[in-house]
Amino acid sequence: MVPRTVSPNSFSGRLDDPAGNAGYDAPPPRKGFFTDTSVCIGCKACEVACKEWNMVPEDGIDLLGMSYDNTGGLGADSWRAVAFVEQSRPVGNVTGPFAGAATGGTSEALQQETVAAGLDVFEEASRLGTGLPEGRPVADLAAAATGAPGAQGDGCGCGAGGGGCGSAPPAPAGTATAPERSGQFLGMPGMLAPAPLPDREGRQDVRWLMMSNVCKHCTHAGCLDVCPTGALFRTEFGTVVVQQDVCNGCGYCVSACPYGVIDKREGDGRAWKCTLCYDRLGADETPACAKACPTESIQYGDLDELRERAEARRRQLHDVGVTEARLYGEDPDDGVGGDGAFFLLLDDPEVYGLPPDPVVPTRDLPSMYRHMAVAAGAMVLGALVSGLGRRS
Amino acid sequence: MPGLGASFGRGGATGDLQDLSNADVIVIQGSNMAECHPVGFQWVMEAKARGAKVIHIDPRFTRTSALADSYVPIRSGTDIVLLGAIINRVLTQERDFREYVLAYTNASWLVSEDFEGPEDLDGLFSGFDSDTRSYDTASWQYAGAEEDGDEQEETAESTESESGHAMGAGGASVDHESIRRDETLQDPRTVWQVMKRHFSRYTPEMVQEVCGIPTDLFEEVAEAWITNSGREKTGVLVYSVGWTQRGTGVQYIRAGAILQLLLGNMGRPGGGVMALRGHASIQGSTDIPTLYNLLPGYLQMPHATRHPSLAAYVDAIKGANQKGFWGNADAYTVSLLKAYFGDAATAENDYLFDALPKIDGDHGTYGQVMDMIEGGKIFGYFLLGQNPAVGSANGRAQRLGMANLDWLVVRDLVMIESATFWKDAPEVETGEIVPEQCRTEVFFLPAASHVEKEGTFTQTQRLLQWREKAVNPPGDCRSELWFFYHLGRRMREKLSGSTDPRDRLLLDVTWDYPVHGEEQEPSSADVLREINGYDLTSGELVPGFTALKADGSTSSGCWIYSGVYADDVNQAARRKPGREQSLHAPEWGWAWPMNRRVLYNRASADPEGRPWSERKALVWWDEDAGRWVGDDVPDFEVTKPPSYRPPEGATGVAAIAGDDPFIMQSDGKGWLYAPKGVVDGPLPAHYEPAESPFRNTVYTQQQNPARELYTNHLNQVHPSPPERGSEVFPFVWVTSRLTEHHTAGGMSRYLPYLAELQPALFMEVSPELAALRGLEHLGWAHAVTARAVVEARVLVTDRLAPLRVQDREVHQIWMPYHWGAGGLTTGDVVNDLAHLTLDPNVHIQEFKAGTCDVQPGRRPRGAAVLDLIDAYRVRGGVTMSSGSVAVTAELLHPDGKDRGEQAMAGATGTGTGHRAEDMEKVLSVRHDIRSRPGDPQQHGVPAVVIDDDPDTSLEGS
Repeated sequence: MVPRTVSPNSFSGRLDDPAGNAGYDAPPPRKGFFTDTSVCIGCKACEVACKEWNMVPEDGIDLLGMSYDNTGGLGADSWRAVAFVEQSRPVGNVTGPFAGAATGGTSEALQQETVAAGLDVFEEASRLGTGLPEGRPVADLAAAATGAPGAQGDGCGCGAGGGGCGSAPPAPAGTATAPERSGQFLGMPGMLAPAPLPDREGRQDVRWLMMSNVCKHCTHAGCLDVCPTGALFRTEFGTVVVQQDVCNGCGYCVSACPYGVIDKREGDGRAWKCTLCYDRLGADETPACAKACPTESIQYGDLDELRERAEARRRQLHDVGVTEARLYGEDPDDGVGGDGAFFLLLDDPEVYGLPPDPVVPTRDLPSMYRHMAVAAGAMVLGALVSGLGRRS
Repeated sequence: MPGLGASFGRGGATGDLQDLSNADVIVIQGSNMAECHPVGFQWVMEAKARGAKVIHIDPRFTRTSALADSYVPIRSGTDIVLLGAIINRVLTQERDFREYVLAYTNASWLVSEDFEGPEDLDGLFSGFDSDTRSYDTASWQYAGAEEDGDEQEETAESTESESGHAMGAGGASVDHESIRRDETLQDPRTVWQVMKRHFSRYTPEMVQEVCGIPTDLFEEVAEAWITNSGREKTGVLVYSVGWTQRGTGVQYIRAGAILQLLLGNMGRPGGGVMALRGHASIQGSTDIPTLYNLLPGYLQMPHATRHPSLAAYVDAIKGANQKGFWGNADAYTVSLLKAYFGDAATAENDYLFDALPKIDGDHGTYGQVMDMIEGGKIFGYFLLGQNPAVGSANGRAQRLGMANLDWLVVRDLVMIESATFWKDAPEVETGEIVPEQCRTEVFFLPAASHVEKEGTFTQTQRLLQWREKAVNPPGDCRSELWFFYHLGRRMREKLSGSTDPRDRLLLDVTWDYPVHGEEQEPSSADVLREINGYDLTSGELVPGFTALKADGSTSSGCWIYSGVYADDVNQAARRKPGREQSLHAPEWGWAWPMNRRVLYNRASADPEGRPWSERKALVWWDEDAGRWVGDDVPDFEVTKPPSYRPPEGATGVAAIAGDDPFIMQSDGKGWLYAPKGVVDGPLPAHYEPAESPFRNTVYTQQQNPARELYTNHLNQVHPSPPERGSEVFPFVWVTSRLTEHHTAGGMSRYLPYLAELQPALFMEVSPELAALRGLEHLGWAHAVTARAVVEARVLVTDRLAPLRVQDREVHQIWMPYHWGAGGLTTGDVVNDLAHLTLDPNVHIQEFKAGTCDVQPGRRPRGAAVLDLIDAYRVRGGVTMSSGSVAVTAELLHPDGKDRGEQAMAGATGTGTGHRAEDMEKVLSVRHDIRSRPGDPQQHGVPAVVIDDDPDTSLEGS
């Protein structure tokens, strides 16, 4: 077979065979993960199995207060990390657990605080049971369910106004209506307590999202593209792996990752991240996390097949009314050419701490070079002109 | 698990976990299955993917709720009201599966004219004796069988004896030939009509009032459960320690069992009651028990006076005219004795029955602890795989008890708190234990972990799974098998030649296990063969328990496990992948009994032996083949046709008719009404938890009158209405577990990969409670009871919400109990908050509903802790008699009885009885710093103060 040259697509855009593109002859089908968060029970077996198999060190014994997430996201010492997001919002097809008269503050102390907050308790009470915060039209929820970016009335889509979302910062009491209050919320999981009092009437519902995050093994991997030593490489399975004996700890990859996955290990200096259990793959074994997952939330396999399975699952959920289900990272035409590890989410990616529209930095290389060439040309031209001018 | 045993005949989960995927509705109540049984939960997710509705009913929105279709918040301790209201709906609207109910349950049986229930007696059943806190069950019997009252239950002693647990593998005995019935269900004495009357006050409005569940949510649960049951559909009920760790837990299970029988969900695919066990091989440790009151296979432990001979013992189990497989109890017992004593056991010497240890009362764990505190009765203690200093209720009592021993042996993987309490217990900080003076000599022996030894686990679905040894244990770590074999061997060597009769047991016991390797490890497989049993005439392994004989020609170490080594194959080690066989995977491991995966599966067919429906077919009668066939091993005699009717006078197995699916029951039927086997009532009734901020709305009777109390200055119970003082402890606390940690923490707090996932003890509170008490997210707070004060970090979460109960707002707080002084992450011992009020059937403590106060900030240090608790006791009127009166009506209308005496009547002062002199001894016990003269709780038994009695207010005292 004739050795191929680097494809014109290798920096961005659709690329069906990254391993072949990297020079492998007849590579095996591309492998990946499909993480279906709708069946994740947050048991963290994936985190432990990953650490056990890959001998990843402990990552700090600190209570973070981010619901049950004490890992705090991916890093050099956490290659799987389960995010927990508590929201005052129903899962599409279920009854709100706290709907009705069962709950709600009627104690004297709470009433006093409500009055102090400047709220009309009767007006608030009139909304009890609707599950909707003030100023939030039903159409907004419908739009949110389609997953259309920007279609939502508030940033987190939690349906509870700014403070209602489990991760929202507390809004100053009684200062604004729900849409205004929510303007500052970026949707990222945070370390703050749930809704302060003024929003408690919005707590008709609660849902608890869990998602096991992992390296995306991008089709166009920013980390790999910027690695000056060749420590990061594309495997025959289409995954991206760091060779620890080659890594010199320069850290370019850390800033190049659009997801913030790869990181340098303290006291070591080198960059570490998920290998998709490259060693296990070579022995035809399932990666440790997927093997340990009890509910098949983490599915491992050929990427093409996983994409079909994921789309079928998304449709199934929509059929039973979970219309907020959407896929993330499965699109080969997105900013990184699609992820090798992609997800089914039940809310906007920001809610889970995922970037809504990740782009590989190298996508802009051609245009940057074009601009650079133009600039350089202009400088040369300018120099020539000025030189010529002086001489003349 | 007598709740299941009394209802169905066996005290184990009735199906396998895979079968959950066949369900049309899954109701999870009293269980946090996704967190505590994550691997089994995959079958719930499978069912959900197939369209089943999943309902989670729990005080707290957990990871299980997150995956359920509906979450229903409930006030902890009120489940019987919810279940009772659904039962009431089924009965009054006749929504039951009538053909099933008539054929397979005791609905049409007539109950004795003497029976009176809570409707008649304001919360009590007939036969209650408030002086002994126990029921005489004679009036509960079927009509015509009144003389048949369970002798064990007639005496006060019974409530603390062994009757409950013995239902583990078989129902209570009843003379099936004297039973009368009315198939029209119209006779007011039919079980049906008795139940209808009993449950009539359990209404949706009552549910809202007591449980805090709004009526529309109740409607949703009830309709989902009822409409997804019947001929074409089935529903399964899942419960776990959220039901069992209660003072009335057995009755919760009974309520669930009644509903599942009425809806025709038992013995059918996707039906049943899935009792999830607390941890690894807990089912195994009741099958081959670590319980004082059982022998292997749920044979009861012989009683010193009731069972003077083997014949008396066996007759007591078999009962008169009893149906079912307990009729062969003699074969099981003799085979067990042959396994124990080998050739030394002969017919002439009664198979050495009299060499067995006997019991004469309550020797349960908590009773022992009380004896240890009191001193002079218990001198040494073995702790294996248990960390009572952290895991057991009222850890303070546990530690002070252990500090009063001569010697203590702890075998564990790490140096747990139960081995180090003498130097780092909270009582060292308060000055109650002085390390230099603590008399207990502690021997720590390192244990091998589950990957360092071979053997079996018996998990939740009665499935034995063999595990290989992966690596050799490090250093001096050894397996339990090694430890006990060599301990026994050395003791026998020391005793060799002794003629003392008391040594006979040890010297006659067969102790000839082959050992191997450098460590002289006994062969686990050989032990499993002994459990399976041999035909002693041929030396062959027996194929199953039906081959066991009463003539001494067979042996078996545990009759229900007989068959696990059939054909000289370790059946538990079979590992044919599930994808290569049917859903029930009969060739993966081995389930007792006889590898049956769905118990009572005869009931999946109608009385004629045809499946109730094609969709729900499991086992059916094949007329041509003349046998029962299907997808599971039939839980029935394979060739007994549906038309079989026993001849008159038949007993035992021969008396089981062709349409008696509950083959361990003495009448072959599922028990809606339990005339025997449950000591605190033949039907479940709602009582408030032993500590509650609310008055019982359902009956005058406040708490379970037959609850077991240990009266001790370390174990004072908060008052509940109508006594005053409950307002000082206004919140409800619940403790349970996290996925990330293992029970008392010995296997998780010491491991970095687990410690980092849940790195600190925390307390979950609602935003409302946080506002009420000024608690800050991630700040500190402490919870206070009359037993302890425990501090934790605060997690404010929307997952907890206050409930509206009796038009008041009630807050529930939750804490995981995994922490202690050792490991990579440390914290206070949460179960110190708990009191010892036990279920009278199984002596299980109440971990799931106590009352407490919560305050912001850290707790006081040192002896100031005791001052804080004292202050709460004084304000709340907590005494040794508070919350302890058995009959609430007597409390309200004393009729000349001294309230203190009432409170102490029948209360168990010590582990061994409640005689007056014992009581005095208990009351006079004082623990150094606790015995400061003048403290009100130290002075005998002060009067109980009733709410409508303001002149005796304790305020300001």
